[in-house]
Parts: sequence; C-alpha cells; structure tokens
Amino acid sequence: MRYVIVGSGVAGIAAIEAIRSLDDQGEIWLIHDDPHGFYSRPGLAYYLTDEIPEEQLFPHSIDWERYQVRRIWGRVTRILPQQSAIEGVHFHLLRGLWGNKKVQEEPFRLSYDRLLLAVGSQAIPLNVPGVELHGVVKIDHLEDARLIRHLARRSRRAVVIGGGITSLELVEGIRAQGPEVHYLMRGERYWSNVLDETESRIVEHRLEEEGVILHHFTEVSEILGQKGQVVGVRLKDGKVLHCDMVAYAIGVRPRLQLAREAGLQTDRGILVNEYMQTNVPNIFAAGDVAQVYDPRSGKAVLDSLWGPAREQGYYAGLNMAGLSRPYLRGLPFNVTRLAGITTTLIGRIGEGHRDEDTLGIVRGDSETWRDLPDALMAQTGFDVNHIRLIVGERTLLGAVVMGDQTLSFPLQRMIVEEVDIRPIRDRLLSPNEKPSEVLAEYWTRLTTTTSPALGRPVFKFSRA
Amino acid sequence: MTFYEEAKRRAVLVAGQVVPDTTRCVQCGICSFNCPMGIDVRAHAWRGEPVVNSRCLTCGQCVTRCPRGVLRFERISIFKEK
Repeated sequence: MRYVIVGSGVAGIAAIEAIRSLDDQGEIWLIHDDPHGFYSRPGLAYYLTDEIPEEQLFPHSIDWERYQVRRIWGRVTRILPQQSAIEGVHFHLLRGLWGNKKVQEEPFRLSYDRLLLAVGSQAIPLNVPGVELHGVVKIDHLEDARLIRHLARRSRRAVVIGGGITSLELVEGIRAQGPEVHYLMRGERYWSNVLDETESRIVEHRLEEEGVILHHFTEVSEILGQKGQVVGVRLKDGKVLHCDMVAYAIGVRPRLQLAREAGLQTDRGILVNEYMQTNVPNIFAAGDVAQVYDPRSGKAVLDSLWGPAREQGYYAGLNMAGLSRPYLRGLPFNVTRLAGITTTLIGRIGEGHRDEDTLGIVRGDSETWRDLPDALMAQTGFDVNHIRLIVGERTLLGAVVMGDQTLSFPLQRMIVEEVDIRPIRDRLLSPNEKPSEVLAEYWTRLTTTTSPALGRPVFKFSRA
Repeated sequence: MTFYEEAKRRAVLVAGQVVPDTTRCVQCGICSFNCPMGIDVRAHAWRGEPVVNSRCLTCGQCVTRCPRGVLRFERISIFKEK
C-alpha cells in the first residue's frame, strides 16, 4: 500500500500519525512545497513578536525516523485519477559561491493507492494597484514571517490593512520590531461581525496603549512606490500616508487549482463526505482546503483553524488505512490573543449568525471569580476581564471570554456538550447577579456530583 | 496580592499537575521555551498527556505564558478531596 500525502501542514502530519497507528508496513510519501516542512504555522505570530526564536517553531514530538516517511520537497502539478498517479517537480537547492542559492527542478511521477490533499489555503491577494512593490507583505508561511521581520526592523512606519485575527498578529508583530504602525479599518470598529462593541473597544483601546495608530472608515486606493519600493499609500479620500512597508490580511482562500484540474467536486473548498473522501475514489482531503459537512446546520462549511485541521487529518488517515470512522465536526472554537488579551471564542457569537433560539445576551465580569475546586490560580493580574454569553432556551449557544481564562474551559465543555442550563437560566439573565459567579457555582455542582448532563466525552486523540 | 490568595496559589501549585487541552494547542512551543527545567511541555500537549515528569517544579511558567489557555493545573488524584 502506498499513501501519498500532499502538504506538510498539521492535517498531513496528523494523517501520517493515524496511518502509522494502523499500518506499519505501507509506504508513506509526503510532498510539500514549503522548504521547512512541518512547523507551527499559528506560532509564526509569536515568532514575529520575538516571544520564541525561529527554531522553537519546529516540534520535536514528531518522530520521523519511526514513521518512516519519504519526504519530497516539491510541487504537485497534476493529479491523474484514472491512472492513480501524480506528477510534479522535485526541488533541489543548489548552493553556489558567495552564498548564491538556486533551485533546480526535476520532474517526477508517483503512483498512489491512497492520496490525501492537505494543501491548505493561502492569503487572498490585495486588489489594489501597487501590490507588486517591494515592501508589500502578507503572511502565509515562515518565509513570509522572515521577510516581515527583516522589513519591519528597517522601516520607520508601517501600514496594516485587513481584519480578523491575522491582521492583529501583523500589527503586534510589526510593532514589536519597532516601527510606528498605522492600522486601517474599513468599518467603524475592529472585527464587527464577531465581536460586540465593548469587545472591539477593549481591543482597540489596548492597541492604542501599545502605540498603534488606528484609522476607522479608511480604505487604500493605491500603494505608492519609488524605484520598486513602497513609499506610501493613497487613501480613498485622497490623503497620502507615507510608510516603508504595507502588510495585509484580508482573508484566506483554499488552494483548489490541483483539485479542480483533476475533476474533483469543489465549491469554496474540496467537498468531502464525513469520511473525508472526495467524489473520486481513493482521494481524500483534509484541513483548510476541505469543505466538510456540518451535521448541525446541514451545510458543507469551511474551517480555517488548526485544531479541526488536525482532527480532519487524523480521521482522513484512519479512513485511508482502511477503517471507516466518520468525522463529526464540532462547534467552531478558538482561543487566541487579541492585542495581548487572551480571548476564547466558542460557538455562535457573531451577529450575523444570531437566530430565533437566541433569547438574551449576558455580559459579565469575572474578576471576583476564582473559587473553582481545581481553580487555575497561576494566572493572575489581568487588567481586562470580560465575558459574554449567548443564552438559548435550554443550553448555552456561545461565549466570548476575554482576559482571565478560568471560565473558558468550563464554558467550552458546557457549550460543546450542550449542558442543560435551565436550573440557572433565570439567574444568568437577571441583572442583579454576576453571570460568572452563577456559572462557577453551577460548574462546581456539575463536576462534584456525577450528573447526567455531563455525559459525552470531549474529543481525544486516542490510538486506534 | 493578599496573603490568603498567595497561600492558596501555593497550595494549588503543590497539589497540582499541568494538564493540557489538545484541541486548543497550536504547538507554538512557548511552553517548552519557557520551562526552566527544559521539559518539552509541547510534546505532552500534542499527545494530550499530563506533564508527569519528576523534574516538573509546577512553577506555572508554561501555564501563564501559554497564549491560548491550553494548560491548566489539576489536582493529582491523591490530593483530591473526597
């Protein structure tokens, strides 16, 4: 049996682990176009802020020797589903005199029994004149992060365009290297379709404290250059802002070219069933590139998160090696740092997703709340603490936890496992009680008594 | 920080072990980088195993530094209240 995995992101690595847990004889080939192979892509944000050195991005926990993976640094150019083969080019790095580097390409052809496409997604290019100038950057992989650090250390003023988590990572990362950072937003506040106004203001206030200059209702119409180098941006209102670099993060798009050319069924991503199979036999897809069926909504959805990518890769691997284990997509869940504030986002929190069974929104503050039996006492001294709950008829539908993360873990389980909150629902919505304290009390009661409400186990990576 | 809080914090640290939540972890390696004893906390987080290592001081560096709240303290079973 020959397994071919395209893409060295976490989905590909998880698939290798899963295959090797079932099959220690089969050949595994890993084809990746990133010269650095597997490393922590989300960790690039902390590399930009100098919290970790570059070599720390590479985990030692993956035992390549034991997994016996044949690695090819190269690019797949074509999939031939009829012949069960792929064609591509193999890269060779040639080092010449005086540190000259040259990449030589050598074509190869490889047949497969099972193929996994885990090629991920890439940044959507900015559609503005002048994006090709030197000094305009996006962040996809380690090479980009290196370039951003290199440029940021040499520039005096940087402009960041975009929204979401990635743009804030760029803002913080560039700011940490020294230059003055101008953050341009199209709307009236940061990330308005997920965060509510208070949360956006908390983040923006924090950014201003760090010295970032915010511009609301601002759009770039042109990037200005001189001798191929960025010198500034022209805004829609005609003003010119001088800068030495422009970074953008306006979203990501799955890399679909290979799949489309091979005749796989695609929508916004590669469509897969719950076994991570595409419509072509023996071809699987996982990670950012896969559009997975969501049993809750009945639609196929895209995720761009590391945790689900790992789960999908793992299930794809199990199914490639002969099991048939369905992957059940969980609730969207992410923990991240927005302007230095640890933030948990669980479930349905965005305003665009508000539906009929959402009845009330609770706001709260968790400062006084530290009395769990297994309380996390090491994290203290947060100056911002904020909790927002989306309360449904019977269960909690979503939550945002900023700052103190003590409640984050209980809330995650209560939402994912759909714990019945009817006993405390009135108290949660009452203006006289602190929701955080009510929740703490309820969670303590749930975990100390064996309650049927906490039945389903949280997802675990078990050896099959 | 009051004396009571500090005493309670110490008590938790002594009776606890560091437990990861794999679904939150992105393997950035901040935990391993900041561990004063050089324990590869990240490898434990990848496998979802508690940091059971005789060198672990339960100093809480990894728990505090983790940017995504992956790690938390949990009481070891021998210290569990009945």
